Amino acid sequence: MTLLLRAYGLFGLLCLCMIPQTVSATPFIPGSGTQVLETLPSRNDPLQRELQQLRTTLAANPKDARTAVMLARRYVEIWRDGGDPRYLGYAQAALAPWWALPAPPLAVRVMRATLLQSTHKFSAALADLDAVVRIDRDNAQAWLTRATILQVLGDYPKARASCQQLSRLAPALIMQTCLSSVASLNGEAETAYHQLDELLQQSTDATPDIRIWVQTLLGEIAQRRGDMKAARHQFEQAMALGVPDSYLLAAYADFLLHQNAAVKVVDLLKQKTQIDALLLRYAIALQAMQSPEAPKYRAMLGQRFEAARMRGDTIHQREQARYELELAKDPAAALRVAQENWALQKEPADTRLLLQAAVAAKDPVAAAPLLAWLRSTRLEDSALAPLIAAIGSAR
Amino acid sequence: MNPLPRRQRVLHHLVFVLCLLLMVWHGAAHADKFSDSYLSLKTSGQKIEGQWDIALRDLDMAVGLDQDGNGEITWDEVRARHADIAAYALSHLALVADTRACSIVPGEQLIDTHSDGGYSVLRFSATCPEAIRQLTVNYSLLFDRDPQHKGLLRLQTPDAVSTAVFSPENARQQFVLAKASTAQQFGEYVRTGIGHIWIGFDHLLFLFSLLLPAVFIWSGGAWQPADRFRTTFVDVLKIVTAFTLAHSITLTLATLHIVALPSRWVESGIAASVVIAALNNLYPVVQGRRWLVAFVFGLIHGFGFASVLADLGLPNAALALALVGFNVGVELGQLTIVAVFLPLAFFLRRSWFYRKLVFVAGSVVIIAVASVWLVERAFNVVLISG
Repeated sequence: MTLLLRAYGLFGLLCLCMIPQTVSATPFIPGSGTQVLETLPSRNDPLQRELQQLRTTLAANPKDARTAVMLARRYVEIWRDGGDPRYLGYAQAALAPWWALPAPPLAVRVMRATLLQSTHKFSAALADLDAVVRIDRDNAQAWLTRATILQVLGDYPKARASCQQLSRLAPALIMQTCLSSVASLNGEAETAYHQLDELLQQSTDATPDIRIWVQTLLGEIAQRRGDMKAARHQFEQAMALGVPDSYLLAAYADFLLHQNAAVKVVDLLKQKTQIDALLLRYAIALQAMQSPEAPKYRAMLGQRFEAARMRGDTIHQREQARYELELAKDPAAALRVAQENWALQKEPADTRLLLQAAVAAKDPVAAAPLLAWLRSTRLEDSALAPLIAAIGSAR
Repeated sequence: MNPLPRRQRVLHHLVFVLCLLLMVWHGAAHADKFSDSYLSLKTSGQKIEGQWDIALRDLDMAVGLDQDGNGEITWDEVRARHADIAAYALSHLALVADTRACSIVPGEQLIDTHSDGGYSVLRFSATCPEAIRQLTVNYSLLFDRDPQHKGLLRLQTPDAVSTAVFSPENARQQFVLAKASTAQQFGEYVRTGIGHIWIGFDHLLFLFSLLLPAVFIWSGGAWQPADRFRTTFVDVLKIVTAFTLAHSITLTLATLHIVALPSRWVESGIAASVVIAALNNLYPVVQGRRWLVAFVFGLIHGFGFASVLADLGLPNAALALALVGFNVGVELGQLTIVAVFLPLAFFLRRSWFYRKLVFVAGSVVIIAVASVWLVERAFNVVLISG
């Protein structure tokens, strides 16, 4: 233990209570041979059978790009549904023969870009997508993924141009969602909202999946505009459409937290704590309720960030900054993580977090580049105004 | 296979687009855990005690644990596969002490729980051929099945703890456990210096060319055996001192990057120096002042030594240590040769064997060999010696 303390001393008391479970719990011999040590999907599960079949086909011919891309896509979908990032690694392994090539076949290259962006290697992903659309201007998938990454990076003019390419290639609702998403961050939130809302009303053939996706976005735009009534309406409708995905759960939980409805959040997320982003909202809600359970979940979350830190991952920085700010109450650490995160990602949540951390740390200098950026992008977010005022008075 | 009807194809396309679209927008929300293993190594002398925690679900993928396929991995199922787990894991780990591999023997296997589930705990011990000064760890577990997998190493030595992360891009890493003491480092450089003189045939032949006539005196247009050992000894002392002084100067200048010469010139110059020194034995131009020849050509040989030293990858901090150590080694190597050669040559100096075979034929052979080197090095071609 002392040695561990020496090794991780910088991380202070918090890590002290997390390390034992992360690296040096006491190994044991189970008391009984029938004791279940781990639960996995059953081999008879239809999904597992499908995967097994694809794996067998690919193993017989590992350079079969079609099968490889199909298998990788299935893995990515499973990751999306269940939140288990191991599947991203399996997907990458399926693409192994092409992974290091400068110019793999287009379908492989689009999939590689998808995996790269999933692990926040945005510039490598963009390089792949730029190359794909240069060769194949009709690759809707490449334009879409490209638009998304550019939006995350805050390059709105290019993101918008990428969305516009979809007019020839994808249904109108998809292009409008792409465009509205960008425009809502770029000084046209009201128009973006109404255009998308109207088109959704007309698109009677849209599947529940698409509706959930569109209405989540509408809920977020409405909340940023300060129209809480519309936001509630959109989120509640999206929740009623079917099994909510984790993104919707996170967005809706944030809305409820903002509305001081922590009890509802705990209800919503109590079965979802295996996903870090949802565990974060759950722990924040417990804390708001002053629940005796709160410290336990806060520590659990701290453990997960420690595990990520040990492997050198930085893809949880958004969640980690919020954890430091709201749960660990360490404004200096929050500001450091939020700054690193904002250097890479510039979605509204990232911007808000950096500003909150700068206010909490009373460090107006840290907020200066962000304020300049806000003036040029014209991001509309009702949550920002009080923060900007607070940082202005701290000057 | 019939192509799908157009409408269906469009639909497929749409579904495909949407799947990825949602994923792309929602990806950031997921932050569960990637696959990691926890490797702990504790070194002491030439022994390593190891513990390796590997996730049961990763092992299930690699060696198959869930025998009945019901999705539940029991202790019995794990226990039954212990031999395979150990064989699989240890075939993906190599420990090398300095340059020699350590042999790993698996020990008991336990169970542990980490934040993302059950782990198999494999204990093992490794024995290295000698006390570990530098440990190389080559880690390749699961990288073929999951390139996002990482191995988290905690390395404990008697006086420090360090950590490292292994990934497919960083699968092989070196750790300096015990810094060699200054005396040990100095000894290494001395050994290198001696070795270089003994196996560096060009330096050796140059030295021999100068030493061969040391037991003679040039008198009346011919080499005559010297009468007194003292004369010979002083002659050799002058030659060796001059050679040493000269190559020490250029070795130092070159190592400190004050002077630099192209290696082709240096190597050709060394070969030429051997030819000239041996020729001088047969057709003496310089007789009494061979120490001067030793000095002039010694300057060139010093540049040759410097390139050897540079190849060792010198740390700046140990530069002086290396320079002195290497030089001392070169001198020791030389002196040993002189100490063996001189009494023997003096004893045989009047014999036909020495005068004709060793001196004349020897010089001719040296000229021949060094001429080949000269042509090879000057023109960058291969004639005889590879």
